Amino acid sequence: MKDDLLLQIFLRFAGISLLAVGGATAALPEAQRQMVGELHWLTGAEFAETFAIAQTSPGPNVIVFSLFGWRLAGLAGLLAATLGIMGPSSLLAFAAARTMRRAGEAPWLARLKKALIPLAIGLMAANGYVLARGADSGLIATFITLAAAAFVALSPRSPLWAMAAAAALAVVASRLGLL
Amino acid sequence: MTRRELFLGFFKLGALAFGGTGPISRAIIVDDRRWLDDAEFASLLGLCQALPGANTCNLAVMLGDRFCGAAGAAAALAGLLAAPLAFLVAVASLFTTFSTLPDVRAALYGATAAAAGLAIGTALKMTARIPFEPLVVLLAVAAFVGSALLRLPLPLILAVLVPTSFVFARARR
Repeated sequence: MKDDLLLQIFLRFAGISLLAVGGATAALPEAQRQMVGELHWLTGAEFAETFAIAQTSPGPNVIVFSLFGWRLAGLAGLLAATLGIMGPSSLLAFAAARTMRRAGEAPWLARLKKALIPLAIGLMAANGYVLARGADSGLIATFITLAAAAFVALSPRSPLWAMAAAAALAVVASRLGLL
Repeated sequence: MTRRELFLGFFKLGALAFGGTGPISRAIIVDDRRWLDDAEFASLLGLCQALPGANTCNLAVMLGDRFCGAAGAAAALAGLLAAPLAFLVAVASLFTTFSTLPDVRAALYGATAAAAGLAIGTALKMTARIPFEPLVVLLAVAAFVGSALLRLPLPLILAVLVPTSFVFARARR
């Protein structure tokens, strides 16, 4: 019943899509509850490993769901998973964009837009803090985090330079036996 | 703005966004392509964070629709996901060999630590680039404390801070 599994993946992920306020990371505990606890699609260790693999890829974190689909049912699973996790939230974003455009210059909309600015900034910083706490601690990691923050805050250059320099520095440190 | 430009802009974003999309989104949308300024970017990002789904995917859909309608939204989203999905499948196929190489592990360690710094630095940069108001800083700090230190669920943080910020947005005028 492979078609059945694809449909299941699509429907489950479509439901999770609407719960993912704050992005994929916010929905992962619920995804784990369903896939590991309820459906036994993956073991806890497989779930964690899939997450770790997805972290090495560029792009939005949400693609971890595509990888779940790939693990469960190959390429068709990847497509079903991606459509499921993207579909409902994208349609909602689309509807919100259209509503906002119809509202044009309405005062409430201008006010809402202004009201959302501090939240975006605070949550971006929080994301960095949580990442820093979650990463392996240590003097070198702390130095890299602070240096990268200073670089992106002060330099107009692409943040990628900081990423590349940090990766290179860590490789050198590891070769020297400092990691 | 054409669908092609949207696809390519978001393709670049997706391909380069290692360790979180926020900092690279800002670098590409504000600095590189100049599609939005910092205030517009922050307000749209805030809306995307308040909606369910991945922030950057929502951003792609909303910007794509703004510039080129439904086809633009599809082009932007496809551009954003193309490179990461291809990369993901390649990595998943090679992961067992790949993840045990000491250099690869070290590079990942460095990149993860840098990704954290990039998010913090980008938040500072956005704060510096918008008109300064003490209340904006206070609300941003409140969002940070609620999310990072108290680990409150995001829907709760939004339910408290969006109305609060909305009320003060009028008072500030």
